[in-house]
Amino acid sequence: MLANVGINRLCESGLDGSSAQQIYRYMLLTRAISEKSWFLTRQGRVLFSMPCDGQEAADVASAYALDTGNDFIVPYARSLGAMLVKGMTSQEVMLNMFGKAADPNSGGRQMPQHWGHKKLGIISMGSSVATTIPRASGVALASKLKGQDAVTMVYFGEGSASEGDFHEGLAFAGVHRLPVVFFCNNNGWATSVPVSLQSAEPQVSKRAEGYGFPGVTVDGLDPLTVYQAVKTAVDRARSGDGPTLVEATTIRMMPHSSSDDHLRYRSQEELDAERQLDPLPRFRDFLISAGLLNEESDQTLRDSVDQEVEAAIDYADAAAPPDPATALDGVYAP
Amino acid sequence: MVEKRLIEAVREGLREELAADPNVFLIGQDIGMNGGVFRVTEGLLEEFGPGRVIDSPLAESGMVGVAIGAAMNGLRPVVEIQFADFIFPAFNQLVSEAARMYYRTNGEFAVPLVIRAPYGGGVRGGLYHSQSVEAYFAHVPGLKVVVPSSPHDAKGLLKAAIRDDNPVLFFEHKLAYNTVRGEVPDGDYTVPIGEAVVRREGRQLSLISYGLSVHHCLEAAETLSAEGIDCEVVDLRTVSPLDTVTLLDSVKKTGRACIVHEDNLTGGVGAEVAAIIAKDAFEYLDAPVQRVGAPDVPSFPYSPTLEDALLPGPSDIVHAARELATY
Repeated sequence: MLANVGINRLCESGLDGSSAQQIYRYMLLTRAISEKSWFLTRQGRVLFSMPCDGQEAADVASAYALDTGNDFIVPYARSLGAMLVKGMTSQEVMLNMFGKAADPNSGGRQMPQHWGHKKLGIISMGSSVATTIPRASGVALASKLKGQDAVTMVYFGEGSASEGDFHEGLAFAGVHRLPVVFFCNNNGWATSVPVSLQSAEPQVSKRAEGYGFPGVTVDGLDPLTVYQAVKTAVDRARSGDGPTLVEATTIRMMPHSSSDDHLRYRSQEELDAERQLDPLPRFRDFLISAGLLNEESDQTLRDSVDQEVEAAIDYADAAAPPDPATALDGVYAP
Repeated sequence: MVEKRLIEAVREGLREELAADPNVFLIGQDIGMNGGVFRVTEGLLEEFGPGRVIDSPLAESGMVGVAIGAAMNGLRPVVEIQFADFIFPAFNQLVSEAARMYYRTNGEFAVPLVIRAPYGGGVRGGLYHSQSVEAYFAHVPGLKVVVPSSPHDAKGLLKAAIRDDNPVLFFEHKLAYNTVRGEVPDGDYTVPIGEAVVRREGRQLSLISYGLSVHHCLEAAETLSAEGIDCEVVDLRTVSPLDTVTLLDSVKKTGRACIVHEDNLTGGVGAEVAAIIAKDAFEYLDAPVQRVGAPDVPSFPYSPTLEDALLPGPSDIVHAARELATY
């Protein structure tokens, strides 16, 4: 009976069982990398990290709705899950965390989790938030002008929605009905500033109406719901009907970054309560109820993820750092 | 060769690049139906259609951000900022994103982007339609900054800028659009970015300048010549990266240098050129390096009496050169 409910819910989302299992593995991998990166910063082996614990369902399931071979992602710092789905390997992620020469994101030039990977269609981001939003509209404009069959999805937090570039990027995409999906990860916090101090209207998706395209808010802790909403948005973009603003409400289980102490502005009780909403056990329970996972296969999966990340850490730790003689290279393209 | 106005040379450069490369497109406020507020893009919407000549919302940061994204996906955008004074909302996009994209991605992503903007005073445009903004951008590694003085160079440098794989800021003096004329070759040619040119040979003093101020230098050189002061005029054409070889060769020959620009003095291009001369031509100098520029006021005020009191012109150059010559 439970299994039937689960299967029905899967069918409704448009995902099959093996896709749901894949999404779960990506979620586990994302969590493992995020947690281990945090510990690496505590050990002083990695200098900085931005955890994404609590956002795995939103980031993985949204990226899963893309045609990963052809579509573009314009990421933000908590897009680890989406990066993995888009094809970045654990090894590449760890090369990035350690700032090594072979890091495909920037060869050690940017801080960790400042993603960009040309071959994978991941458009480079810096630390100045929301500049990515008009950039995504520009990538999509080029797709439209060139007749390129590609959708662009840009990720950002609700904090970025306070920037002027949010408005300018969405307005432009609306006017030109561009094939772009704006994916807002609303975890309720811009570092230490709660959403109540960011806008008198906490629901970011409502702003889409002002730009003439749909906006939806979904439970970002449920990958099936996220997938369903983003798939609809991606299909709409691909068919030429223009952009969608998808807002996924999520949680931020960890501090803003390894340089932040969230107990300065959040209570332990609140954090404990939020941890109960962790999307990982919730999805695991769902998969078990749907007959797609059991305790044993779950453990096997966790072990394989753990080994994969540990191997990536060892590899990246041992990899060559950038050659200081190259520090002046590449200021200008030839 | 036909003599053309600078505005026609810019338009010709845009038209030829649009025709030659399907990846080139224009975006800016009022550049379509209206042909741009200065009419630089007149007729281009009709010729190339709305997919190649895009009227932007009034949003400089968004427009430049869109252009960066399009450039990263294979196109060659040419943005028109209506007045250089309005470029500042896009400063973050240009400095934090376009300028460092190639460096920060270790050479993976280039941003082939041109930002055109009319600059300069003398048109009674007041504080917000008169500024010179090149120094802000010349400071930024990863950007190239071009300021042509002649129609020939405007077309040739613009074509070079559009074909360049780096972000290039291209500043056109708005007063020069219709007052500066010159011969413009038909058809395709480029003028290399980063190369200065000697506009007038001279033995006693180097006037080093760019943009409309080059014409003020040439006029001053005529006056000074009648007084027996033989000036060389160097047109930098590109203010970043600077052609240090040409400017140093000139100063080593003449032993006296005066840098001239319409921008205000503090932290301007002239300060950088003076530092280069002080370091690499020190032993050739017969006099301190001089600078002529606007005083440090926030751009030119509206009232003609006030603007004329501040605009650097040929007579200011003549005064400075006389002092230098008799030092």
